[in-house]
Amino acid sequence: MSTEMKRRIFLKRSLAASAVGIAAGAGMLAPQQILAAWNKAAFEAKEMPNALDALLGSSDLTESGDIDVKAPDIAENGAVVPVTVSTSIADAESISIIASNNPSPLVASFILGTGAAGFASTRIKMGKTGDVVAVVKAGGKLYSAKKEVKVTIGGCGG
Amino acid sequence: MANTIKIRAKEKGGETTVKALITHPMETGARKDKKTGKMIPAHFIQEVVCKHKGNTVMTAEWSGGVSKNPYISFKFTGAAKGDELELSWVDNQGESDSKSAQIK
Repeated sequence: MSTEMKRRIFLKRSLAASAVGIAAGAGMLAPQQILAAWNKAAFEAKEMPNALDALLGSSDLTESGDIDVKAPDIAENGAVVPVTVSTSIADAESISIIASNNPSPLVASFILGTGAAGFASTRIKMGKTGDVVAVVKAGGKLYSAKKEVKVTIGGCGG
Repeated sequence: MANTIKIRAKEKGGETTVKALITHPMETGARKDKKTGKMIPAHFIQEVVCKHKGNTVMTAEWSGGVSKNPYISFKFTGAAKGDELELSWVDNQGESDSKSAQIK
């Protein structure tokens, strides 16, 4: 195959790839209809209070000593930061994990169902050094606790 | 997508601890492909649901801020050894998977 031919194939493919990209962009709203539960406004909010308002209906937090946020003091790789939240608050309804300095701070929200204990653990991405905030909803009130994590290499962006 | 979930559940003293790993790229949609300079489209899990005997034990809602190949762990009471537990996920592109496991 000549270089000229390869070049043509390459051009064709890159054009096809960009078309797929545009299609995916246009289709971004479609999954929202299937997943009515997923709270787009909350997860795409750029500020923590806005995200909490959209997710839990309030951003009025009470600091609580009954929530334990386990995360490393220094995360060498911001792409993988293990976070464990446990709470002894009775009748906890949900546990939300927020990385306060991320472009979209709300990372995950765990809705506790039948018999679930006040415990959630996962791994999150952190763009830069900041607080990891755990928000627990119980009896219509929001309780929070936080832990600062220093990030050496960010996990957002290329 | 098939076979993306690894799940383990263990019952001890009335409390069941569930640990699961899901194979997924978890793209935020804010990252550029280094080779082409184009944005990589968002592709992340939005919802993970875990059911025990038809009861939803836990629902997790995620953004792209959860790490690639996500790990999830939680605890609940009211299950016995040998019970079936089902974990399923759905992502923003409509893909999904589910897997059942026996509580040990």
